[in-house]
Amino acid sequence: MEYLKNILSLPPIYYTFAILSVLTLFGALGTVMSRNPVHSVIYMIVTFFSLSAHYILLNAQFLAAVNIIVYAGAIMVLFLFVIMFLNMKQEAEEMKKEKIIYTAVITAVILGGILIIFLRRAEREPVNPLTYNSQSGMIEVLGRSLYGEYLLPFELISILLLVAMAGAVMLGKREAGERHF
Amino acid sequence: MNGFIQWANETMFLWKALIIIVIFAITLGIAAYSTWAERKVAGYIQDRPGPNRAGWGGLLQPLADAGKMFFKEDFIPAQADKWLFILGPCLSMLTALMSSAVVPFGDAFIIGGKAVTVQAIEINIGILYVFGVVSLGVYGVMIGGWASNNKFSLLGAIRAASQNISYELAMGMSIIAILMMTGSLSLRTIVEQQHGFNWNIFYQPLGCLIFIVCAFAECNRTPFDLPECETELVGGYHTEYSSMKLGFYLFAEYINMFASSAVTACLFFGGYNYPGMDWVQAQLVGAFGQTVGQNIATFIGIGSMFTKILFGIFFFMWVRWTVPRFRYDQLMNLGWKGLIPLAVGNMIITAVAMLSGYKLAGIWIGLAVLILIISIFWALRPRKEAAVLGA
Repeated sequence: MEYLKNILSLPPIYYTFAILSVLTLFGALGTVMSRNPVHSVIYMIVTFFSLSAHYILLNAQFLAAVNIIVYAGAIMVLFLFVIMFLNMKQEAEEMKKEKIIYTAVITAVILGGILIIFLRRAEREPVNPLTYNSQSGMIEVLGRSLYGEYLLPFELISILLLVAMAGAVMLGKREAGERHF
Repeated sequence: MNGFIQWANETMFLWKALIIIVIFAITLGIAAYSTWAERKVAGYIQDRPGPNRAGWGGLLQPLADAGKMFFKEDFIPAQADKWLFILGPCLSMLTALMSSAVVPFGDAFIIGGKAVTVQAIEINIGILYVFGVVSLGVYGVMIGGWASNNKFSLLGAIRAASQNISYELAMGMSIIAILMMTGSLSLRTIVEQQHGFNWNIFYQPLGCLIFIVCAFAECNRTPFDLPECETELVGGYHTEYSSMKLGFYLFAEYINMFASSAVTACLFFGGYNYPGMDWVQAQLVGAFGQTVGQNIATFIGIGSMFTKILFGIFFFMWVRWTVPRFRYDQLMNLGWKGLIPLAVGNMIITAVAMLSGYKLAGIWIGLAVLILIISIFWALRPRKEAAVLGA
């Protein structure tokens, strides 16, 4: 009874968090467990959406918007694009081998265990509502810190992305010789 | 009554709910009558009367069409993925309706001494929200096209996906020049900075052109309506759809037209601003007092916003019945080799002009130089041998 009373007296943001978490896990499980790859992709989009909602709960509007634009809006569209082209009616052969399933389960359990241990041991610094800057996570603050404090890493990442883009263009270039399509 | 207004002002919930419902109703109304206006415009351009049987001038045609749609057989193909088949049109409609949430349709009304802005939600990343919703718009088409289990539908869906992704890039880059000028992602701030006749179109003519072309592609409107290209793909992604599911797809297109016209009006044509608005407001305040005068001025501002939106929708139709459809490789070449380099050039010109201190003159001089360079390269381009046709 005490437990129930505690739950009922929680502020509404906790309920939001709980609902979103359930939705996230639902999407994540659906991604792994659905047989049809197209369904998997759609479940994954659901996961990205609920993650974006989590970002908004954490006061990171910009991150939420960018997550939706880049991941849900562009990358997953390309995923879906490729999967629709492939004819994956029959189940992939690897999934039927028991060895692979056992390996996957053991790896997942070990990884999960490590994550849980570290998260429980991590020191959590409580946020002081009096000194907390309500603008942190907003785009102005984010931009200042990216172009001020973290200028060098930011520029390095830009160069990395540029190189990756040039590489993608090189890979996509038509090769010399006769065309076969 | 005063107590009620005070309560509503304290929470703002009621006003916002009211604004959201009114915007929703207006969106649907305009979209419904766009279907009528489209056929009327087509009729005018092709020198024929257009719909004129149902009601005066065919004004009841949208109702008749909706009635017909509802009573048709709702058919789901046997081999289709049933839930995704239903999800497709729903998603299309949902994303179409979501995008107008951050658009500021007017200044503020003063109710009981408090300013209530005519906008559903004001967030400081408004334009990113619009982009997020636009980038999701393609899922409705893709999922519907795939779930139909039809080759033509799938091809239409895949065309839609690649087209939307390609044109989103150029669209985003054309916006960056605007963002550099305004220094804000909030649509309301962007509109407020274009007070009076200080519209962004005078600073960003090239950006505006690129944005409008990309908006056509994002809405799947002619000349970019390859996803539903009848001559090649039967009906494109909605070949298998019938009844109101088809109606949703067609309706979502008109809502997208409305939303993209609204966003274009906000970004480039001053939103609810119009020349001489300060004078009008001063006259109204002088005649009716502070509160009533301000409210009437806001109404006129909303009127100017909707005039721009309706002209935008008319422009969509005008182009549709004037320009023929692109070929697919032409579409991709235009997007990747034409619009994206132009948008990058526009960005650089804007940045240089802003740093030089002469914003307006700098941008126009920069654009003139860009056009000069492009025409020199065009004149000196290596000519291909004239054997292309035979090979």
